Amino acid sequence: MPVATNTKRNLVTAALVAPAAAWLMIFLVLPFIAMLVFAFGERAPEGGYQAAFTFAQFARLPTRAAAFWNTMVLAPVGALVCLLVAYPVAYYLAVKANPRYRLILVSLVVVPFWTSLLVRTYAWMYILGSRGIPNLLSMIGLEDVRLLNTPGAVLLGIVYGYLPLMIMPIYVSLEKLDRRLLEASADLGAKPVSTFFGVTLPLSLPGVMTGVALVTILLLGEYLIPQLLGGGKVFFIGNALVDLFLQSRNWPFGSAIAVTLVAVVVVILMVAMRIAFRVAGTRQVDLV
Amino acid sequence: MTKWYRENAPITAEQLADELMRLKRGSVTRRHFLGVTGLGLATAVLARQPGLFSSTAFAQDLGTQMSIATWPNYHDPATFEAFQAATGVAVEVNVFGSNEEMLAKLQAGGTGWDLFVPTNYTISTYVKLGLIDELDLSKLPNYDAATETARFTNEGVVDGKTYAVPKNWGTTGIALNSTKIKTPIASWKDFFEVAMTEADGRAMVHDYQLTTIGNALVSLGYSFNSTKPDELAKAEELLIKVKPHLYAINSDYQPSMRATDAWMTMCWTNDGAQLNRDMPEIQFVLGKDGGEIWSDFYAIPKSAANKAAGYALLNYLMKPENAVKEHIANGAPTTDSRVLKLLPADVTGNKIVYPDEASLTPLEFGAAVTLTDPGRAELMARFKSA
Repeated sequence: MPVATNTKRNLVTAALVAPAAAWLMIFLVLPFIAMLVFAFGERAPEGGYQAAFTFAQFARLPTRAAAFWNTMVLAPVGALVCLLVAYPVAYYLAVKANPRYRLILVSLVVVPFWTSLLVRTYAWMYILGSRGIPNLLSMIGLEDVRLLNTPGAVLLGIVYGYLPLMIMPIYVSLEKLDRRLLEASADLGAKPVSTFFGVTLPLSLPGVMTGVALVTILLLGEYLIPQLLGGGKVFFIGNALVDLFLQSRNWPFGSAIAVTLVAVVVVILMVAMRIAFRVAGTRQVDLV
Repeated sequence: MTKWYRENAPITAEQLADELMRLKRGSVTRRHFLGVTGLGLATAVLARQPGLFSSTAFAQDLGTQMSIATWPNYHDPATFEAFQAATGVAVEVNVFGSNEEMLAKLQAGGTGWDLFVPTNYTISTYVKLGLIDELDLSKLPNYDAATETARFTNEGVVDGKTYAVPKNWGTTGIALNSTKIKTPIASWKDFFEVAMTEADGRAMVHDYQLTTIGNALVSLGYSFNSTKPDELAKAEELLIKVKPHLYAINSDYQPSMRATDAWMTMCWTNDGAQLNRDMPEIQFVLGKDGGEIWSDFYAIPKSAANKAAGYALLNYLMKPENAVKEHIANGAPTTDSRVLKLLPADVTGNKIVYPDEASLTPLEFGAAVTLTDPGRAELMARFKSA
């Protein structure tokens, strides 16, 4: 009875997909439609939304160019610095670390997540503030060094906050690495350095791409770290959005910026996927 | 930005236990909790202990939890602890840096506030938008309109109905650390000049359109409340020129001033008094070219879930004995002559808190139009994202 079996299979599929589909419909698709509608509206006289059909909000996007620029620069730069710091750690954990302690070491990477990012970022405010590192520097004669509320402080906060998200996917891809390939490479006369660049690194690229994409996308929506470590001066799109909804109460313009951000993220993802496929040849890349 | 009012303070075991109790009360009813744990009998005994479970008389009416939206460093935490001991109602404090932020939250709905602290110029808009209730003065026996100073309290009354009762008045001046800044500062013109020179990288402005734009306007010789496009354009030019030199744009400037991360800031009277009390090198000056004089009010949102507790806390705060304690802790001048009589001489003689009348003359009250003017709102947003 192939027909009945098919129906049954379809029902099972539908039952399995239904919760996720309903979830996405209610919490992703519908809000996105609302956002699109708002983006073409007008700000009500006392703030909020007023029905209209205008492109005026999109025409004002250039006034937020600096926030877009900060986000577009600091998000990928943050992801790349994360990558540079995370790769050696992941390599050590997956390849060099004593297998007996590996589980403990990997758990230690995740330990910071036990405390809220908000609290940990507040801690950085004290470390970078006058009573922290600048105070130590003044003891060796460097007076009035200012670290807090600078782009550097924001970058530091970003790398600190997102590092574990970069380490984990790279670690996973390195751990799956077939050691016999490394031995083969050595047998065929490759030096360790060329084995790394010829074998290890290419094989870990899926993990690298996953980490970079994950961190970059999360950073594009970052609000907290620039707010706390940038003093409201190093502005991301996320901060501009909060401002428009919670201060100037311009929901349509906020929606227009949010829609634009979504569009930008989709484009970045597509380009990143394309590059990932090219780099990895025809192999399947499990991106995100 | 929302934060628990003593999140910076170390938590004691006693408070931890308190929190745990509140968590339990939030998730299950006390009756249920006592029933399933068999603690009912124990509670009956403990109820005689004052302060532990003394809420029995009020609990039914007031609940166990309420929420207030207010400004940074504006209350004595002991006040809320005493209120909880007296009524069993725990007060969650939400801190805001601007009236616009409070309005935005109320417009979006679902704030959960039972009481909040709007500034004089916003009340007519809240009434117009139907966001606040007319106050039932019979529930506020501790409030006495006759002992209030009309100059500071008249904006709480709209069309003859009382929508808000006064909390404190004050000014927006300049706080500066005199060990770091040697240039004399007496005006907003000086403020912006020094912010770009001697205090480069060390000056703060509010994350608040009224004062940040207003004081920039004043420094250029315009009205604090201007909404004229050409004058606002000049103010924007100045602010964007100053921005790279600023330490931060934030209305909670006390932590930065205390840590000497910041050397100079736009500053409200109460913060100026607190900073100067703890660090005498921090001075507070009013701009001789102008600036803001304000009065803050208490109002109850129409959407409040626990209005009974909102009224109870408001009435508690209106009691002169309690208002005096708040005053001494927060340093903001009172609008109530009953409170003034009870204050010690060192408070009433403090020139930061009660300045000479002459220095108040150039100051302006915020105007209602600035709250909703799209030009000022967008200017502030552009300045921040520039």
